[in-house]
Order: sequence, then C-alpha cells, then structure tokens
Amino acid sequence: MTLLPRDPVNLLSVRDLEVVFTRRGRRPVRAVDGVSFDVRAGQTLGLVGESGCGKSVTSLAILGLLPKRGVQVSGSVVLEGRELLGLPQDELRDMRGRDIAMIFQDPLSSLNPVLTIGRQITEVLERHFGTSPRDARTEAARLLDMVGIPGAARRLDDYPHQFSGGMRQRVMIASALACKPKLLIADEPTTALDVTIQAQILELLKALVVDSQAALIMITHDLGVVAGLCEKVHVMYAGRIVESADRRELFGSPRHPYTAGLLASVPRLDQERGTPLRPIAGSPRDTIPWVDGCAFSPRCPNRIDLCLGAPPALAPIAAEVAPSSHELRCVNPVPAPVAAVVTSRRRPPVRLASGTRATRATKPVKQAARKRAKP
Amino acid sequence: MSLAAAETAEIALDTLGEDQAPKGEVWRRLRRNPAFIVGTVLIAVFVLVAIFAPLLAPYSPTDRQWFDEIRPGFVPGPRSGNLLGVDQQGQDELSRIIYGARYSLLIGIVSTALGASVGILIGTLAGAFGGWVDGLLMRLMDVMLAIPGLLFAIGLAALLGRSLKSVMIAIAVVNIPLFARLLRSSMLAQRESDYVLASTSVGVRRWRIVVQHILPNSLSPVIVQGTLALATAIIDAAGLAFLGLGSADPSIPEWGRMLADTQRSLASAPQLAFFPGLAIVFSVLGFYLVGDALREALDPKLRR
Repeated sequence: MTLLPRDPVNLLSVRDLEVVFTRRGRRPVRAVDGVSFDVRAGQTLGLVGESGCGKSVTSLAILGLLPKRGVQVSGSVVLEGRELLGLPQDELRDMRGRDIAMIFQDPLSSLNPVLTIGRQITEVLERHFGTSPRDARTEAARLLDMVGIPGAARRLDDYPHQFSGGMRQRVMIASALACKPKLLIADEPTTALDVTIQAQILELLKALVVDSQAALIMITHDLGVVAGLCEKVHVMYAGRIVESADRRELFGSPRHPYTAGLLASVPRLDQERGTPLRPIAGSPRDTIPWVDGCAFSPRCPNRIDLCLGAPPALAPIAAEVAPSSHELRCVNPVPAPVAAVVTSRRRPPVRLASGTRATRATKPVKQAARKRAKP
Repeated sequence: MSLAAAETAEIALDTLGEDQAPKGEVWRRLRRNPAFIVGTVLIAVFVLVAIFAPLLAPYSPTDRQWFDEIRPGFVPGPRSGNLLGVDQQGQDELSRIIYGARYSLLIGIVSTALGASVGILIGTLAGAFGGWVDGLLMRLMDVMLAIPGLLFAIGLAALLGRSLKSVMIAIAVVNIPLFARLLRSSMLAQRESDYVLASTSVGVRRWRIVVQHILPNSLSPVIVQGTLALATAIIDAAGLAFLGLGSADPSIPEWGRMLADTQRSLASAPQLAFFPGLAIVFSVLGFYLVGDALREALDPKLRR
C-alpha cells in the first residue's frame, strides 16, 4: 500500500483515469480517456453524459470492479491518500462497502432473489465489522427504518419480490450505507423507477448524504437529477470530461455546445404544445478519436476548422466577474449568455426536472420488459 | 401527488406483489398442470408400493410353491390365487413386481443422488473458478459425454462385477457430466447478474458469493434434471439387468431381470413380459411427467 501525502481537501482524487477495452482482432476501445476529478468530503458531484460516454465504466474502475481480462486501467485513483488502482483484490474487497459503496441502476435485479433482504444487509455488516448476527439484525432494521421502509423490523425476513421497485432501491441504499462509507457512488439510481418514486429516492439520497456527511458521485443522464442534487457537475463525452462547473454556472451558462445541446433537448412544460423537440444531431457513435480533434465535432453545430486539428484541452474559462472553477474543452464555445437577463428567465432547474421526468414516464416499463425478456 | 400519498400507493403495490411471489407462482403453475398431478400420483403409488411391499404383496417374492404346476410350454396365467399369474420359477408374479419396486426406487435414488452430488461439486468448481479449472473439468466431462450413456454404463457395470452396487455406480457415473455441465452453464449466467456485481461492490468474499448467491440461483435446472435422471436411472437399471449385468442373485426381484427371464417363454406366457414392462413404464412416466411440469414451471423461457 502506497501512502501519498494526504490531500487535506479531497476525499477522492481521480487523475488521468484511462480504461481501454481490448479485444483480439479488433481495435481497442478507449472507454474512459484521461478523466480527472476530485471529490471533497461531503460533496455531491454529478457525472453527466449520454449512454456510452464512459460514466459507468469510470465508477466501476474506481471500485476495481472491471474484469481483468481484456481491460487496461491506468492513471490514478486516490482515496484518502491511498492509491486504489493496483491494490490487491483482498484489500480492495475490504475497502468496498466500507469506504466506498455503490448503488446500481436496476434495483429489480440488483438484489439476490433467493435471500431475504435482512440477510443481504446483515451480510455486509458481518463482513466488514464482524458484527454478531443478532446486532447486525437490529442494525439492519434500523437502516431499513432510516430509508423509509414501514414496519422495517417485520420486513427483514421478506424476499426482494415482496417489495416494489422503489422499496427495493431503498433496500439497496440501506445496504450501501450499512457500513457508513465515506463515498457513495450512485449509478443512475432512479432510471428504472417511475416518476413519483424517483423524486422520493432523490430526496432520500439527499437527506442521507447530508446526515452521514458522505460524499456522493451521482452518475446520470438525467439533467433534472443533477439540478436537484449536485453541487459540482462534470459533463462527459466519448470518455472525456468536456465541461465542468458548479451547478448554477453550468445550468445558467453552458459553454460547451454538447452541454448546451443536452440542456436544449430537455422538453419543458412551459413550451407550446407541438413545439418540436430539439435533440442533438446524430448519435454518440458519430465520434472521431480524440487524438484527431474534438470527438463531438461531427455532431456539433458550432464546428469550425480548428476543431479537427489538435485535441482541445480542458482549460478554465477566464472569469469575467469572479474566479470560477468552470472548465471547458472546446475551441469554439457557445457564447456566454448575458447572465442577469437569461438566468432570471430560465425556469429554476428543479422544475425543469419535472418536465424531463414527465416525458420519460414510459421508460421504466420498457427497461423492465427488456430485463425480463432476457432468458 | 403528495409524498405521503405516493408512499401509501407504494405500500399498496408491495402487498399486491406478494400474491405473485415466484415461489407461489411456481406452485400455482404446477397445481394447474394435469401432467404434474398424474405424475405425482404415479410416483406416490410407486413409492408407497416400494415402502409397504411386505404388507401389499400376497406372498413372499421367493416363495416357489407353484413350481410343480409348471410344464414345458405352460406357465399358469392370471387366476384367483395369483392375480398376475406365476413365473417360470413358480413364484407369484404380483408379489415379485411389488418387491421389484423397492429395487428400482433404490437404484434410481442412490444413483441419481450420487451422480448429482459429484456433478454439482464439479459444476460448482468449474463455474466458480472459471479459467483453466473450468477448461480442464469440462473437457473431462466432454470425454465422458462422448461415450453413449447406456454403453458407458454397460462397460462400467461389467468392469465392476455383477452386483446392485456396481449398477448404481455405473448409472451415477453416467449422470455426472449431465449435472456438471448443466450447473456450470447456469452458474455462468448468474455470475454476470446485477446482484452478484452488487454484492461484489460491497466487498463480499468470493466463496461466499458463489455459495450464498450464485449457487442457490442456479439450482432450478438441476432439480429438473434430477427428476428426469431418476426416470432414466430406472430404465438404465432395467436395461442393465436385462442384459445380465444386474445382481448375480437370481432371487432378487428386479424388473429388468424379470423381463430378461421371460424371453424363453414369451410365446406361452406373454403376461410375464407385459406386467414388469408396465411397471417400468408407469414408474418412469411418473418421473418424466413431474420433471417436465417442473421445467415448465421453473423455466422462464417456457412461461406464457
């Protein structure tokens, strides 16, 4: 174990994280391409991007959960002065669940169908703290109660199928928080849930994160979730961070054409009925390798010749008013709006979220159907 | 909707879900399947007959009191004293068939249990370790599968000598690769599942994940295979006995052996082939029907 000088501010530091999937006879896929970010203790951070931009792979790489074969991980992931990449498996296992825990996208399939939920929570406690079965049971009941499951003590012996989707996600959260981790990674925790339940789960996460002082990395494609929860937001595209800023800054004046496109594509309740949706042109597959220039350029409305030269660097924006942490990877950014006027006319971000969700109400059904159809 | 209202709705959903519990669901499917009912009745009759053979059989299976009545070309058929007639040794056919159920059941259960346990052990090792362990074990299973089942059993039984024990071992060995392969593939599928990733992500140890999470979720095809293997074991046992590889002791009333013994008097006493044959058919049919019904109830692909 290498002990680095402990960073007084940051709980987790990810530096130049690179994940390359290699397959024999095919070109290697660079899923995460030099991602760097920091998480302070107690901070909530959002990783946003379309499917396939490398969000989930980043989180799996942090936890060391990627398969070893055919995957090359490089860079550095430092948690409290301890380098996690290259740590032996048993030390990683000790760390998982105790220091960093993760909540997954689909609560329907993330709980073992043949074990009672009580067992699935006590297992973590017994594993990390050597808690006696009796104490673990009491603690599990307390945790379930904390995540808002009515009659928690009575429900310990129930099986996952006896819970609804939202309740199962609460159980997942309870088991993730069982050992009071310092960092919680939530990988699209609300995507598989229906709209009203989404809001509840987000409220719960927010409250628990505040209570436990854990840091939270929220991985999502739903800008509404970010708007309601995260202090700092990183927008990823094709394996790289293209823009990062504080929440207000990002929603108020998105500078990267991709971020701007994402925000513009969110349907809004205050729009006229029948207003056409404004998707980003093309699909995430229309990318060019970063070494040839900006990966987003094939889909970018602001494309200029310079985009196809050298890859743009992630650079701080020269702040006009106050020093800012707004960073951008773009040679021809969207002009900054005249702040005062535009931000005041913009609907508050949380409201914007409800618009997003309303239109996506049918999605969970589709996802569940796909899961079930798989043999 | 207010938060409280949503909560109530969610709780209502919860209780609703309880009716559609997978376990209850499987049971409901089984109960509605006539094949399962018929199969269960057949198995129940078979097992009860085997257990209570001494009470049910009118005579001892080795009582040769009608031997004097047997002439060349004549064996007494069904009559009031002997419901199914008398065999060539002058023993009561019905009593022998009733006692025969004991041997069939014994061979079926022991050989299936033996084959299943070794197969499950090998399958678990292969499925849990993967890599070269998996490769080695599965190639070994492939070699065993390459030899036709009954032929393999004949070879083994001949090698081990004529006894009930060697029949059981032979049939068990033939069953091993079937169970091992089935469990391994089922485990491989479970290994990729979300809940395994989830428990890995909270630091659960590998063996614990295998034993507590993967294995219990992979067993349902093995249970189905178990019922079907029981049926096959009974047929194989009869087949081995028919070929003269069963027990060396002629007094043991074994259905396959009884069939073999009738060959000489098939023209004069066809009933002696008919009744043991029928016993084999019904007992095997029972296990097949139940096995099929179980597969239909457990296999999500066959669900409507």
